[in-house]
Amino acid sequence: MNKLMKMAMASSLAALMLVGCSTQSNLENKAPEQGAANNASDKVTIGLSISTQNNPFFVTLKDGAEKAAKDAGAELIVVDAQDDTAKQISGVEDLIQKKVDVILINPTDSAAIATAVEAANKANIPVITVDRAAEGGQVVSHIASDNVKGGKMAGDYILETLGGKGNLVELEGIAGTSAARDRGKGFHEAVDGKDGVKVVATQPADFDRAKGMTVMENILQGNQDIQAVFAHNDEMALGALQAIEAAGKQIMVVGFDATDDAVKAVNEGKMAATVAQKPAAIGETAVQTALKVKKGEKVESFIPVDLELVTKK
Amino acid sequence: MLRQEGRIDMQAEAKQTVSKAIFQRMGSLVGLVVIFVALSLISSDFLTVSNMFNVLRQISINALIAFGMTFVILTGGIDLSVGSIFALSSALAAGMMASGTDPFVAIMVGLAAGAVMGAANGILIAKGKVAPFIATLATMTVFRGLTLVYTEGKPITGLPDSFALFGKGFFLDIPMPIIWMLIAFAILYVILKHSTFGRHVYALGSNEEATKLSGINTSRVKIFVYSISGLLAALSGIILTSRLNSAQATAGMSYELDAIAAVVLGGTSLSGGKGWIVGTLIGAMIIGVLDNGLNLLNVSSFYQQVVKGGVILIAVLLDRSKSK
Repeated sequence: MNKLMKMAMASSLAALMLVGCSTQSNLENKAPEQGAANNASDKVTIGLSISTQNNPFFVTLKDGAEKAAKDAGAELIVVDAQDDTAKQISGVEDLIQKKVDVILINPTDSAAIATAVEAANKANIPVITVDRAAEGGQVVSHIASDNVKGGKMAGDYILETLGGKGNLVELEGIAGTSAARDRGKGFHEAVDGKDGVKVVATQPADFDRAKGMTVMENILQGNQDIQAVFAHNDEMALGALQAIEAAGKQIMVVGFDATDDAVKAVNEGKMAATVAQKPAAIGETAVQTALKVKKGEKVESFIPVDLELVTKK
Repeated sequence: MLRQEGRIDMQAEAKQTVSKAIFQRMGSLVGLVVIFVALSLISSDFLTVSNMFNVLRQISINALIAFGMTFVILTGGIDLSVGSIFALSSALAAGMMASGTDPFVAIMVGLAAGAVMGAANGILIAKGKVAPFIATLATMTVFRGLTLVYTEGKPITGLPDSFALFGKGFFLDIPMPIIWMLIAFAILYVILKHSTFGRHVYALGSNEEATKLSGINTSRVKIFVYSISGLLAALSGIILTSRLNSAQATAGMSYELDAIAAVVLGGTSLSGGKGWIVGTLIGAMIIGVLDNGLNLLNVSSFYQQVVKGGVILIAVLLDRSKSK
């Protein structure tokens, strides 16, 4: 039994190593000849490795990129990773074989994608990451939603609706995450230091609906006079909404992410607003940045894309 | 002569364990009282009728899971799968209600599912001889995976209004979750203290071999104990689902840690055989009151975890020093 297990493990390990070797050597053998063929044409070719086409967010992102490429007369080659890291790495390797001018990567996994980024670096093809960043390799630019601006939009909207004054509550995401930090930062930029505006409680609820409810219940015990709640995501906002309804209060709730549940709550008038990302704009910006890189222009290492506020239709 | 000496020794030892146990019980109660008095002095919003109901309602979720965990830990086991059972049984109940099943039937099916998942743990441990930590670690992952499969990772909403009464309603002005917690507590207290099964649970935890030799079916006791744990996790999950008016695929994540913390804070020994369910209720209160107090005092998110971990450490250290 034991021996059999060991043999099985050893042979599968060996098989894995063989697979690893073969892809590596293929890549190095083929690269030069293919490159010569492609250099002849002037048309800019951009490769886009998308994490999945199974999520409307990324489909819209891809559509935005395709439109931008068409407008600029560039060719866009899209490879779909189907949320599989291994598939994404081989997809990027395929793009390297095709000698595209720039590779746009929307990683399925920030850590695992480093291998693919390094492979592109080795072939001297510039890489731009989209929506999720890469944790290794050389990346020319990263394009994603501007969470700081989103937080500011939420804060501004709350102040505008309340007529510039009121007591506010902030429900924070998991401490230390970039989303929590950036969304909170933007919110405070909008509301801090304004006359008549006071953030009476800033408490963590870890992006979780149940915690959003509990924390809001506790805050309501201590503060009767609250006009608005800003939650770093919709889950916490919907949890807070349950606490507010149970307490029989009328408090304005603004969330973040525009999930289906939240958009529904906004349209029913239960939530005031939620901040939505604009995937099409992210795709467009990615292609435009790729074209700039190809022309040799200098681009920022992080290019934030605006968000939009979803309110009742 | 020898025999008599042995008996005296045993009696003395028994006396010692009783006084030890009483000290341990005092430890957690003292901890709770200290935190309670401190919060009452610092925050004027803490000691109000509405906040007390609020805290008890929040505690009920963790307390129910921790009650079941007490049984498991008393037998010398551990149940890491409670958070996943919590999520899967509430997703099942919510899914049925969303597609038109009567809430009462759906709740019963959800509870039964919890008990069955618990029994599966028990069978793996008792019949399959898998260590409880490993068995429930595996089922934790399996049940969580099944929850994701069933919900497709999305929250289940659109639950009937009558279901809201289960977790959001009141009975004589007392929130329903508190009522469920008290009913469960009363039943489990009687089972543990006054039934043969309860004595078997303690016996199993103190000395499994001796218990088996004395003719007790230890496998059956184990399967029962894990079923109780699964049932209570499901009850807790369905209450929270009612309160949130939706079931989440990610619900109950790491709830097993809060439950274990409550049991240990309550003076129950992780090696089994020693402990009581009243202590677990006190332990759950310490955790809940602390969470509530930190929110009321608007303590920064960075410090909250330090404070929580610190208090747990102090409470356990107090226990240990007193029990020496």
